[in-house]
Amino acid sequence: MTPRQELTIISDWIPQGSTVLDLGCGDGALLAHLEKRGVRGYGLEIDEDNLAHCFRSGLNVIKQDIDEGLDNITTQRFDFVLMTQALQAVHRPDQVLTDMLRAGREAVVTFPNFGHWRVRAYLALVGRMPLSENLPYQWYDTPNIHMCTVRDFELFCQENDVTITERIIMNRHHKSGWLARLFPNVFGETAIYRVTR
Amino acid sequence: MRDKMPADSVGLVEPEKLHIDRPLHLECDQVLPSHDLVYETYGTLNEDRSNAVLICHALSGNHHAAGYYSTEDKRAGWWENCIGPGKPIDTNRFFVVSPNNLGGCHGSSGPPTVNPDTGHPWGPDFPMVTVKDWVQSQAMLADELGIEQWAAVVGGSLGGMQAMQWAIDCPDRLRHAVVIAGAPKLSAQNIAFNEVARQAILNDPNFHGGHYYLYDTLPRQGLILARMVGHITYLSDDAMHSKFGRDLRSGRFQYGFDVEFQVESYLRYQGEAFSRNFDANTYLLMTKALDYFDPAREFADSLDDALAQTRCGFFVGSFTSDWRFPPDRSKEIVNSLVSVGRDVSYAEIDTSKGHDAFLLNIEQYRRLFGAYMQRVAAEAGV
Repeated sequence: MTPRQELTIISDWIPQGSTVLDLGCGDGALLAHLEKRGVRGYGLEIDEDNLAHCFRSGLNVIKQDIDEGLDNITTQRFDFVLMTQALQAVHRPDQVLTDMLRAGREAVVTFPNFGHWRVRAYLALVGRMPLSENLPYQWYDTPNIHMCTVRDFELFCQENDVTITERIIMNRHHKSGWLARLFPNVFGETAIYRVTR
Repeated sequence: MRDKMPADSVGLVEPEKLHIDRPLHLECDQVLPSHDLVYETYGTLNEDRSNAVLICHALSGNHHAAGYYSTEDKRAGWWENCIGPGKPIDTNRFFVVSPNNLGGCHGSSGPPTVNPDTGHPWGPDFPMVTVKDWVQSQAMLADELGIEQWAAVVGGSLGGMQAMQWAIDCPDRLRHAVVIAGAPKLSAQNIAFNEVARQAILNDPNFHGGHYYLYDTLPRQGLILARMVGHITYLSDDAMHSKFGRDLRSGRFQYGFDVEFQVESYLRYQGEAFSRNFDANTYLLMTKALDYFDPAREFADSLDDALAQTRCGFFVGSFTSDWRFPPDRSKEIVNSLVSVGRDVSYAEIDTSKGHDAFLLNIEQYRRLFGAYMQRVAAEAGV
């Protein structure tokens, strides 16, 4: 589920008439939100309930597993390739990001920041894999197999010639407070990045 | 005898016949001055005529897609699983039109019907018809029924190919195309299987160059063989394994050539049943229509350019174990639609049932196909 604030921030970056691909589009909330603003996009999704919901809502959604690559999408077909709250759940985040910036001119990714102080404190004090509202799963059943921190992500971009054009770090109330702005890797709970090559 | 029809069936149905008195210019350059189409309808056409759905049948199909002919009728129409009240093609909402294609053998003009010029059955002289010709003839049927624009044109396998061709040839006459277990064109392997089927028929001593009607005989062995080889391609290896395995009819080897394995018995039974109610000349025509289907050909072999002609929304569906038209073939259609920016929803159904799955009652299939049809209905205002 993509929180409302995230939808608003992302759709503010996407001008009317843009072409958009949403990876792991879930129930299509972001696509539907974009459509209200004059952006008709495509989504990729594998969950049956989500597919049924999207088909019924009249969204363009294609059953496709992101982990199997985006080879079927022509290079630079889209203005934007989006992926909300799924980077940490794919097999190879590096390859997915590369794919995103091949299929689209720009990419937007959001993920939970594993560097947040609560996560750090949980691990340090409790000594177990962190549980929170944002990370509700046990270590053995979590779909989040590649957690990263804000710093990890930015280093990755630096090393792979990915340019970060915008960044919004939100705290647990989905607001961009001053602490999260000042110390994003400690006080940011959700990271939203707009990147390009 | 059944006391009552199942509640989710359209119930008793009756075919109708329409004489279309307009010349039809076929792709093979011949002209049919007029032709007959037999069709069935289910549900009610609404006042603004926005809820009509056209069903296109596959290789061996006909106009009897749903319902029963009598209370004694044991078998419902071929797509009973998907057409009826509350089913994916919901007859409480849609007005469904299901014709028998031109060149068929169930009442529409075709090889077994009488050529008005000679007073004899057309037989092998019936002109070769293509998917494009069928679309033209179905469009004439739509004209006669007063349907300017279909809410959807729907089909599986060869039927899905007709839906695709509709979208390309008559972009303003449909709002949605539903292409299930289809392909943008046949592969060499697909054509090879069709050719084996045709050779079986053509080499039957009772075929008489297609004029078997005059000899009061039928090329049954050829048709049986054709159906047997076709049927193998409709099932998956897994489906055959779970249905028959290596089971023997008598429990032990007989060391002979009679039916021993259950799978042999099944194939022979299917072949024989089929040969009793299908015409060999029609089978030849239908397999050629499949082989010729290739809408990209008119557009310098660019499927993108062919699909750029379309203006409707698409639902494309495939089945994981279908090796006749595997999911990758459907993905070719989806990829082209995405690349030219057309609306498309794609579902790949997990099933072991093979190509035949499109006819079966599979929960995931009904659900996703049904979800899309709900959108079609909502847009049609029903």
